[in-house]
Parts: sequence; structure tokens; C-alpha cells
Amino acid sequence: MELTFPKKPFRTHGGARVPHHKNTSQIPTAVLPTPKQVVIPMQQHIGAPCKPLVKKGDHVYLGQKIGDSDAFVSAPIHASISGTVSAVQQIMLPGGQMSDTVVIDSDGLMEADPSIQPPVINNYEDFLAAVRASGLVGLGGAGFPAHVKLKPAGKIDTLIVNAAECEPYVTADHRGALEDAGAVLDGVHAVKKMLGIERVLIGVEGNKPDVIKLLSKQAKDDSRDPNHQVRVLTLKTRYPQGAEKVLVEACTGRRVPTGKLPADVGCLVMNITSIAFLGNYLRTGMPLVQKRVTFDGGAIANAKNVMVPIGTRIGDVVEFLGGYAKPPKKILMGGPMMGIALTDDSLPVLKQNNAILAFDEQQAKLPEPTACIRCGRCVQSCPMLLVPTLLEQYTEQKNVEELQKRGIMTCMECGSCAFNCPANRRLVHSIRLGKSYVKKAGGKR
Amino acid sequence: MEKLIVSSSPHIRSGASTQRIMLDVIIALCPALVASFVFFGPRALVLVAVTVLSCVLSEYISRRVMKRKNTVSDLSCVVTGILLAFNLPVSLHPLMAVFGGVVAIVVVKQMFGGIGQNFVNPALTARIILMNSFPADMSNWTPAFGWLNGADATTTATPLAVLKQGGEFSFSYLDLFLGNTGGCLGETCALALIIGGIYLIARRVISPVIPVTYLATVAVISLVAGRDPLVDLLVGGVMIGAFFMAPDYTTSPISRNGRIIYAVGCGLFTMLIRMFASLPEGVSYSIVLMNILVPLIERVSLPKPFGSRKGDGLK
Repeated sequence: MELTFPKKPFRTHGGARVPHHKNTSQIPTAVLPTPKQVVIPMQQHIGAPCKPLVKKGDHVYLGQKIGDSDAFVSAPIHASISGTVSAVQQIMLPGGQMSDTVVIDSDGLMEADPSIQPPVINNYEDFLAAVRASGLVGLGGAGFPAHVKLKPAGKIDTLIVNAAECEPYVTADHRGALEDAGAVLDGVHAVKKMLGIERVLIGVEGNKPDVIKLLSKQAKDDSRDPNHQVRVLTLKTRYPQGAEKVLVEACTGRRVPTGKLPADVGCLVMNITSIAFLGNYLRTGMPLVQKRVTFDGGAIANAKNVMVPIGTRIGDVVEFLGGYAKPPKKILMGGPMMGIALTDDSLPVLKQNNAILAFDEQQAKLPEPTACIRCGRCVQSCPMLLVPTLLEQYTEQKNVEELQKRGIMTCMECGSCAFNCPANRRLVHSIRLGKSYVKKAGGKR
Repeated sequence: MEKLIVSSSPHIRSGASTQRIMLDVIIALCPALVASFVFFGPRALVLVAVTVLSCVLSEYISRRVMKRKNTVSDLSCVVTGILLAFNLPVSLHPLMAVFGGVVAIVVVKQMFGGIGQNFVNPALTARIILMNSFPADMSNWTPAFGWLNGADATTTATPLAVLKQGGEFSFSYLDLFLGNTGGCLGETCALALIIGGIYLIARRVISPVIPVTYLATVAVISLVAGRDPLVDLLVGGVMIGAFFMAPDYTTSPISRNGRIIYAVGCGLFTMLIRMFASLPEGVSYSIVLMNILVPLIERVSLPKPFGSRKGDGLK
């Protein structure tokens, strides 16, 4: 099949016209001075948690591996500062699960591990080993180990670089693309070469013209790409363009079947920050130890992106930004559509974390739910073509059979339905509950 | 640090509310309200006030009696009140209108659980019950502008009745478009109803699917049957039905495909009643009939989950 480069994205269903609030997109990323202490959980990815490789009192270098696992679906964890391990303990992660955690007290030196050097890559196996060693996971938020994704079962013909960044407020990918465009293309060409991919589409929402312009120019001028196989595709500015299945359809017109992965339709989707990290890592060998994170929301005094060592406590970064302007009422890890509400600000920044939003009282308040009026907005806005109001009803009835028949497990919890609901029904909340009923009943879809 | 709120995502909302939607419907009904005053005089406004009051009180009292949360502030009972009045002849005795309001809210809406739960349109069902209870009063049509020339005690035939009985059809398209005819309060002025409908579509309160499909079905059947499609679109309750009755959220299908089936059905039955039944007008019955069929339509018309269609995947 001849691969074409679409001029316009393919049609996708539903979504929501969310406010942008991209307040921080034009402010250069600040670099956080070395924090006094970092807290590094051993579970920062989908898959098996890592076992700590260090114990209390050990000295660690920046970039030294401090956690690993024998499991295939897992990713090693590295020290993000140099110093002394002051504790190995359990903490509760934002999702509610407990995780072993290495606490490191800084020696203030940021002394890099002397054994770090650029990986030597002669073949595909070397490449996968290097990616695994880097600790890279999907940085768009999912946290799926990259070396697993880069070993797809079937033939991949299209690499889709996800720079949609459709969540309100979040601009970490936007700043990353602008400040590290060279690394983006390095990463793209590495993956392209290793997997023999003939078409690369960098999908950017239309509300980021500066990113589109810069990446288009860089891609065009790249001497590694004489046939012009790497192109930028301007996506419709409509949430959730960056959702994997939606993005695949928008870029290629292919629809991922239920229960399958993008790889099953020949696509590999990687977040732009993941790709940029890969580009840098192949050059320097420094594993994933820091992350660009958007700090915004009504309670933050100086909203901007900050480059922080992974494991830095959220409160320490807020302090660096001048503290809270107003008392925070809700703190989110991630964007306002899919982010997780945190219990306090002493939790650490994780690998796949792209934003911390501190909402003031007014922003944190949600309107009370009223009766469903069957307006159908949830149906029209569901990108997965579900009927959220029905799923809510079946969840209330604990009707597992109908929940499965209506495709509840296809829901990706993007929140478009609840965002648009005039009755302010807690649709996503109900669906999560409904999914747990289905799982309990042993159902799979 | 003070305690933080922990809740399930999403953490922002569009700001849409049931109250705002109902307010938009009320705004959209205002042009027709003005038209009803122009053609039928102050009695029209009195009738609207009576039905609205009756509906609001019925809602308040019935919720109170059932010990449920007061829902008057969502304004849906006000919409029902206005729509009910719009479906009555101006000469109707106010007590009959009050009865209509009680039926609409208490029997049709609240007894089934309140907003979002009624399976037929409250205003239309109340109109049908009134038509069957007081057939003479419900077909006593005052001529347009009768209130100005002292003819508001006389009666006239509606264009539909003329069509049915085969008398001489003396109405111009302009009269029909502006509403210069006898008929229910709010249904005669197509212009005002279209303005209101466009407002609702522009505000995204309703999608154009139901009105467009409904009107198109009526026009096509009329054309095929050798009638005048323009007349069929402009007379009777087709306009108010297409923009304000058929698209009622609660009693219409939730998905786009379902709405198309439903609106075609509304148009089909409207025309079948007009052409073959003994009644002159079929809009109310056709919409209520389709309301009842909604659960069946939903069975065949709800969307299939992403990726579960035949043909999804790599071709």
C-alpha cells in the first residue's frame, strides 16, 4: 500500500471544546536549583515495580540506577541527584497504591555517575537494550515502558509523534518542542531507522503555530531525510486529539479495533517529549532523571514550566516559584481533564508527570449534579462512540452484562462527556465504578 | 496546608446547565409570544400566564408532596407552561388551561419521576387530553386581529380545517408565513418560530437534525401526494412541532441516527393523519406516538463502540 502524507487530519468523532489556558506557552522553562531531598518511587510506569538496588547510607551519583526489575514490562529507575540514601520506605502514590521509595539527601554537587557514556548501538537489539537502560516510559502520561512499545509484534509503517497536547493549561510538550527541536528530530530518525519506518507524522494541534512552524522547517531541512518522510500534521484543536486511538485515526484514518493496540494497525505512537529524551539520551547516555513540568492554576503565583529532578516534592517546586498566591484547594497531577487530584503537595514529581495544577477555591468548586435530561451531549462528545448516560444507569444497576455490551471497557476516561454535561453528572466517576464491577465479575473486552 | 479536595476527573466543566438551556428555550419562544399578542391580543398573554403559573405551582406542590428536591429553578416547568399555552386556542376558559397545566406537570412529568423521566411530551399530552375532554372549546378558533375589530367572540376555520373540508383555500403564503390566520396561540406565525428555532440551533441547544429531517419529510410526502408542500409546512403545528416539540430532549432519541429515524416518523405520521384521518391536524399525535416509540428506536440506533464495527482495523 502506498503511504500518503495527509494534508488535513482525518475526521474523528466527538470530543469537547475545552478552554485552552495555555498561559505558560510563551515563558521559557526555568531550571529548579538542586533540591535538598528527592523521593523516588520504584513504580513510575505500567508494569512490574522495581526493586530498590540501594540501601540507607549508600552514596549515589546522578544517573545511577537505583531500582530495576527482571520483568519485561518494567523500566529501571535512576537517582536524579547525587547524595546519600537517607531512607528506603513505602509511600502511597497518587493512584492509591503503595510503592517502595528511595529517599536521597542531596550533597549539592549533582555529580554524574562516571560510568555514564553514550550507548553504542550496532543493531536493533542494542537499541532496545539502550532504551530499556535509559528508564524511558511514555512521558505523555501513560508511563508505558518505551522498550516494550518499540518491540511491536507486527510491521510498523507509520510513526506518529504525539505533540497534540490537548489538555488545558499543560504546555510542557509545547516548551519542549520549542526548546529542544533538534533532539526531537534526532529521536525521530533513530526510531525511524531502527524500525524501518517510511512515514513519520508529527501531530500538533492547530493552537501551537510556533511549534508547527519550527518543526516543519527543521524536518524539511534535515539532511537525514532526503525523501521528506518526516512531516508535521496540523491537528484540529479539539480535545482529546492527543488520545492515542483518536490520534491514530486523525493521522491515518485507521481505526484501532476494540482490545487492540495502534501497532495492530501499523502505527507506533510516541509522545514528543519521549522522542526528544531519546534523541538526547542516544547522544549523552544520561538516563531519565529530570522532567519538564508545567506549574499552573489559580493558586500558583508564577505559572511556568520548570525542569525538575524526578522525585522532587511538589511543594519544593512551588516554593521556588514564589509559593502559593492563594490557598490551594485542589492539586492535580496532570491536566484538568484527566489529572489525578492529590491529597497533599509533599508527593514527588514522577517520570510521566507533565503538569501540576494548583486550583484555588473558585476553580476547585464543581457544580452539584442534577437529573439527566437526556440531551445527548455525552453521546455526541464521546470519542469512543459510547453512551455515557446509559453506562451510568447500568453502573447504578450493577448490570455487568449490559455494561460490557455497551463497551464500557473501551472508555478511556477522557472526560469529554462529563465536561459537556449540563446536568453535571459524574459520568466518568460512574464509569470507573462500572469498570470495577466488570473486572470483579471477571469480564474482559 | 488546608485539606485538599480529592475528586474524580474531569476537574473542569463547560458551564452548561439545565437552567441555562431552559432559559434559552424561553428566549427562543419570545418571538412567537410577541406574535401571539399581535394576532390574538392581551387574552393570549393572560392564557400564557395562566398555564405557566399552573405548571410552576404544580411542579412546586407535587415535588413538595413527594418530599423531593424543589426543581422549579431549572425552569423546565416554565417551558412546559408556555408551550402548552401555545397549543391552545385563545378563547379557551382559563380553568381548562389550568387543568391542562396540572395534567402536564403532575400526571405526565412528575408521576414518572420528574425532568428527564417522562416518556411523552408533557405539553402535547396535556393538549391531547384537553382536546378529548373539551372538544368544542379546543376547536373554537378566533380570527387573527379579531381582538382589534371586535370580532374576538366570533370563530373562524383554521387553514387546516379548510383543507380538510375542501372549502375554498383563501390564504396567501404570506398570511401563512406571518401567522395571519386562525389557530393555536403560538403555532400560527412560522416566521417567529423559525427565528426561535435558529436561535436554539445557533446556541447549540438543539441540533438541526430533528427539525430539518421532520420538515423535509413533511415536504417530500406532501409533494409525492400531490399537495402543496409549502402550505403543508406553514399551516398548523408543523413549525412549532419541528423546532420546539419534537426535539424535546427527554422524549426524543439520544443519538443522531435515532433522531433521524424519529423525525422521519414524526413527519410521516403528521402527513398520514392530515391526509387520511378524520382529524384536521396530526402534529401532536404524531410526535407523541414517536415519543412512545423512542425506546424501540434506541435499540437499533445507538452508536457502536469505537473499534467494534466491521471493517475497523487495517484494511
